[in-house]
Amino acid sequence: MDERVQAALKLLPDYLGQHVMLSAAALLLGLAVSAPLVVLALRNARVRWPILAFVSLVQTVPSLALLALFYPLLLALSSLSQKLFGHGFAALGFLPSLLALTLYSMLPIVRNSVTGLLNVDPAVLEAARGVGMTARQSLFRVELPLAMPVIMAGIRTSAVWVIGTATLSTPVGQTSLGNYIFSGLQIENWVSVLFGCVSAVALALIADQLLALVESGVANRKPMRAWLGLALLVAGVVAAIVPSIHSPKSAYVVGAKSFSEQYILADLMADRIARTGSPATQRVGLGSVIAFKALASNDIDAYVDYSGTVWANVLNRKDSLPRAQMLEEMTRLLKEKYGVTLLGALGFENAYALAMRGDDARSLNVRTIADLAAHAGELKLGTDFEFLARPEWVALRDSYGLAFREQRQYQSTFMYRAVAGREVDVISAFSSDGRIAAYDLVVLDDAKQVILPYDAIVLLAPRRANDATLRRALTPLIGAVPIGPMREANQMVDRDENKLSPAQAAQWLAGKAGLN
Amino acid sequence: MSQPIIAIEHASKSYRNGQQLALNDLSLEIVPATFVAVVGGSGSGKTTLLKIMNRLADIDRGSVRVSGADVNGVPGHELRRRVGYVFQGIGLFPHLSVAENIGITPRLLGWDAARITARVEELADLVALPREVLQRLPVDLSGGQQQRVGVARALAAKPAILLMDEPFGALDPITRNALGAQVRHLHDALGLTTVMVTHDVMEAVLLADRIVVMRAGRIVADDSPHALLAGHPDEEVREMMEMPRRQAERVRAVLERNSRG
Repeated sequence: MDERVQAALKLLPDYLGQHVMLSAAALLLGLAVSAPLVVLALRNARVRWPILAFVSLVQTVPSLALLALFYPLLLALSSLSQKLFGHGFAALGFLPSLLALTLYSMLPIVRNSVTGLLNVDPAVLEAARGVGMTARQSLFRVELPLAMPVIMAGIRTSAVWVIGTATLSTPVGQTSLGNYIFSGLQIENWVSVLFGCVSAVALALIADQLLALVESGVANRKPMRAWLGLALLVAGVVAAIVPSIHSPKSAYVVGAKSFSEQYILADLMADRIARTGSPATQRVGLGSVIAFKALASNDIDAYVDYSGTVWANVLNRKDSLPRAQMLEEMTRLLKEKYGVTLLGALGFENAYALAMRGDDARSLNVRTIADLAAHAGELKLGTDFEFLARPEWVALRDSYGLAFREQRQYQSTFMYRAVAGREVDVISAFSSDGRIAAYDLVVLDDAKQVILPYDAIVLLAPRRANDATLRRALTPLIGAVPIGPMREANQMVDRDENKLSPAQAAQWLAGKAGLN
Repeated sequence: MSQPIIAIEHASKSYRNGQQLALNDLSLEIVPATFVAVVGGSGSGKTTLLKIMNRLADIDRGSVRVSGADVNGVPGHELRRRVGYVFQGIGLFPHLSVAENIGITPRLLGWDAARITARVEELADLVALPREVLQRLPVDLSGGQQQRVGVARALAAKPAILLMDEPFGALDPITRNALGAQVRHLHDALGLTTVMVTHDVMEAVLLADRIVVMRAGRIVADDSPHALLAGHPDEEVREMMEMPRRQAERVRAVLERNSRG
């Protein structure tokens, strides 16, 4: 069996269990919230339109954005509850995913139920009144049973949607089958991406078929069949959840943003922690801004960020300081404002840098960003999703007078492919990326030092500030990872031939850093 | 003369915010054990008249008393459990078996299962419904059988009053005739008070003790079939009553011609 399939299979119990638990909880909650809304919409024609409009509106919000929006909302609620009741709650992971998916699940349930119930033959409704049923008896004994096929069809649609959309909960820190897809996309492990897709599709199909069994049992008055379908559903959920509950509760949670270097470093840190005898799990694929918030609110215990990112995005500083001074100032400010500990710098820098193809740079004789400015009008710029919104782009553009013919945004893997494939000419590369050498790209010199230093730094959550175990595990990493080995490790994961998994690359890197 | 079991006084009822007047200051008293047929053109208000007797419709003005008590004195569903109702569209519950359809009102009244089963079987015999269809769904029954179920369902909780809204309208003539005769027989045997809305004057003449003719929300004629057939001052009523008589005369003529031939 392919090594990558084996690696994926090993993760399956955890990913599948979490995915099933999340989907089942969202669907049940969706049903519970939809039921009173349906009754309300049915009994009162005036609120029917607003209710249907609301659930439809929710559906038009891109699902990833819906998931992302719940994080800051819950964070605010959590700090409010911290103030009012003395304890907050985890705003990352399960809760925001659950709430977003619950909202997402409601449209097919509410719409189908309302349609199904409104379409019950009026003659039968009058008969229900005529034989002496109350409104409630008519609903439960006549209207619901008659509308059940349409309602069940809505529930089936909803289940399939929720299971599919749950893969998007990975970036807000909820483990799901989406982990295969997001990490696979980042490190170009297509086996992993495919594995994630296939398992999500299989799960959706199984859930749909079991619900179909329940539906046919109800429609054909075969209660045994309906109960069998329901029992199989419950058994499936329990079977999927139990292994992930029984997996050891870990003491430490290591976070990672969604690119190869972060996956490698998270594996490296988790391994260091595991060697102290304390188990560690990972929350990987976090959005760039979410990662810091998650740390500050103790949802994760440690992760690696970059000084320039924290300086500009977290501390909102527009100025620049020499490297050592910046780290010192940042250590103080993070402690003061967030209680976050800056344990130290790993030893390499991963800065934004403008890079172009080596042959172009040589033929145009471009070595610096100032050289590039003269040719920018004929060139196309490719960036990741973040770069154009960041202060350093504004600073670069204004300081050097950069005006490109065209600007395009890519997921970072495809950005490198785009420049290699001549779709764009200049990209916002990362200085530690192994693909700079692999694709023969040239990093252009920032002579005016507009771009901030981007030292990789280890950050610890407030509750872990004085945690001796964590410090003992991670302190050996400080200053132990130079740029050369980091770039090589990144390349091992990113390259097309003979790829390594992030964990394998982390092993190799640990050896290079003299930690094994 | 005994106390009326149904007494309607000065009842008015309009639909669509008063734009359509269904009942216009109508008064009517019905004594127990009478079989009343209500006839009239469509839109004359005859179905509304039936529905205000068990509060499937509420009147705007006036009063309705059933068994001596104002119908607004109890919740509508409780009143309806005591009054049998046969619907124009039959209105059987398609997801319930024939037995469950018949037993629905006793079930709502909280009868125990054994009593309901016994009553359902008793009713099946009473309306000449074969026992083997009891476990089937309504969709598997013929139109005539379906309306037998409708009649049985209306009688399940032993009501004193049976209201029927064009009960046999959708049936073929033979079934219709047989079922009509059986309902009249049930009426007599069970001592019911029956009010039947119909557009078929012949049916009204053959089954009813008393015919009420309606037009534009009012009663224009109210008498025994015999008296109405003999003649009436209102021209439309006279014309309406001509029809069964002329039909009967033509049938007799045919019969006589054949016996002579």
